[in-house]
Amino acid sequence: MVVGLLFDTTRCIGCGACASACKEQNKLPGPVEDHLTAYTWTTVQPRAGVSVRQLCMHCEVPTCASVCPVGALQKTPEGPVVYDSGKCIGCRYCIQACPFDVPKYQWDRPVPVVGKCILCADRVKEGRPTACAEACPVEATVFGKREDLIWDARNRIRKGPGTYVNHIYGLQETGGTSVLMVSGVPFRELGLKTSLPPEPPALQTWQVLSKIPDFVAVWAVFLYGVHWITSRRETVARVEQAGKGPKHPGDRA
Amino acid sequence: MNTSSLLLQARRFRPGFWTAVFAALMVPFLGVTVLRFTRGLGAVTHLSDTFPWGLWIGFDLLCGVGLAAGAFTLTAIVHLFNIKRFEPILRPTVLTGFLGYAFVILALMYDLGQPWRIWHAIIYWNPHSVMFEVAWCVMLYTTVLALEFAPVVFEWLGWQTPVRIIHGLYTPLVILGVVLSTLHQSSLGTLYLIVPSKLHPLWYSPLLPLHFFTSAIGAGIGMVILESYLSGRAFHRHLEMDLLEPLARGMVVALGIYGLMRLEGIHRNGAFSSIFAFGYEGRMFLVEFVLGVILPVLLMAIPRLRQSKDWLVFSAFLAVLGFVVNRLNVSITGLERAAGAHYIPSLGEVVISLGLVAIGMAVFALCVRFFSIFPEEARAPGAGR
Repeated sequence: MVVGLLFDTTRCIGCGACASACKEQNKLPGPVEDHLTAYTWTTVQPRAGVSVRQLCMHCEVPTCASVCPVGALQKTPEGPVVYDSGKCIGCRYCIQACPFDVPKYQWDRPVPVVGKCILCADRVKEGRPTACAEACPVEATVFGKREDLIWDARNRIRKGPGTYVNHIYGLQETGGTSVLMVSGVPFRELGLKTSLPPEPPALQTWQVLSKIPDFVAVWAVFLYGVHWITSRRETVARVEQAGKGPKHPGDRA
Repeated sequence: MNTSSLLLQARRFRPGFWTAVFAALMVPFLGVTVLRFTRGLGAVTHLSDTFPWGLWIGFDLLCGVGLAAGAFTLTAIVHLFNIKRFEPILRPTVLTGFLGYAFVILALMYDLGQPWRIWHAIIYWNPHSVMFEVAWCVMLYTTVLALEFAPVVFEWLGWQTPVRIIHGLYTPLVILGVVLSTLHQSSLGTLYLIVPSKLHPLWYSPLLPLHFFTSAIGAGIGMVILESYLSGRAFHRHLEMDLLEPLARGMVVALGIYGLMRLEGIHRNGAFSSIFAFGYEGRMFLVEFVLGVILPVLLMAIPRLRQSKDWLVFSAFLAVLGFVVNRLNVSITGLERAAGAHYIPSLGEVVISLGLVAIGMAVFALCVRFFSIFPEEARAPGAGR
């Protein structure tokens, strides 16, 4: 079962209950900030006259998980993209690579780790909804199976053509995400990236990386061949120069 | 080498201007080091969530690895292509390569959030990650460079057996070094393939790995020329013009191919207009490309200038400078627009980078003093200064 969240800007009243519940659930210090940080994993921001949640989109093929050299970030079968702080070496490639700019770092700590929404992975595993969805008083954030959420989103758009923009954000972006959004305002005006391709960026690097074994074999054989030819040529030249030297030169090549 | 000659060499060391500069740099260097590990990255750097990679990645890592490319290029020329006349400059080049990689690893100790976990890449594998490839290349190629340089140290210690063992393994070692370098140089470009929506079209290209590889060869050769010149000045050795002139030709070819690939990439992205808009990115591109590619290629294509020591060194300097600007452009300039922020390194970051360069140069000078790095020394051990 792959789960996710559906967020609806037409329903959100901007109360911030989701962000507070997230702080409590994940024991994050400090007040809710107006942008994502290592200590604020979700926040509600006023944009273009409506309120928009910021949180990890939990990509189907997560860029962060693909770039992590030690596999500290993983996509779980249930949908959440989780983080193992015990493995992380702090290279911050996930922060650099995430197309949604979600992972954040503890810049103020001598032993820092990454902070990002983990879609309440433990609760989800037990079959419970995320803390933010449970806290929402108006069902602006709803938790459910991703498939069901897509149907739900399509229905809302179909029933309210004047109310909604005809696009489910997260259905296609970077190959699809577990968090989906519907809105009455164009997504660009909400500060969301609208030019993300439907192919996961991770595939682009994998195309290069998967060629490495073949490349190593061919390149090494070629280099050895060059060495063999050049040193053989040298040996032959040496023997020829020696004229009627010994018939069996020590041929090292 | 016995104790008395060691003392003799140590006594020859007279602290001068550069020693004073080095000492003056080490004071803030150590101060920033303490702050870095007690207060965290935010206390000493201008790194942030919008700019997670800064000078230590753009300069220390990307340029440190790139400028060490002379080592694999020259070992391939001498040991695989069997062009033995370049052997005299092989030792200083391999030493530079090794110190370059040591510099990169030291810089990573500052840049990684939890550097004491750097070994995690050995036990937790993620072959889908370019950073995983980079980590293994750094580990393995540093080992290869250490082994390639080890005979010099063993010779000095008078240990014959390990020297013989390494000599027996030298061809596979050189091949391994070239293969690892090819992977590593290109993988640093592959790192940026994942950010097509963030990196400016003047720099982004699906061929970034090839751009990084060819430009590293060009700049690596430039570095060999520059280093021969600097060593010549510092250790009173003449410039091997008969060797450096053909190297300059190689540099023209590498930079020429690289330049064409860059133009093709910009054409493919339809980004020529952003050069001639002379905006921030356009100007930074022109600095990199005109100074670092077009000018050295044009100058070194003229035989008369190639044979002049001054022009040769000047062109090599331009190539290295252009290379550094390119790496900073890819890692910083090209990402600023998408990040919506400017990044200027903090004083702390600059101090650490400069301090690490200074340590590298000091170790190089010590090696030259104690080991036989340059051919003249091999012939007359007492001739150095």
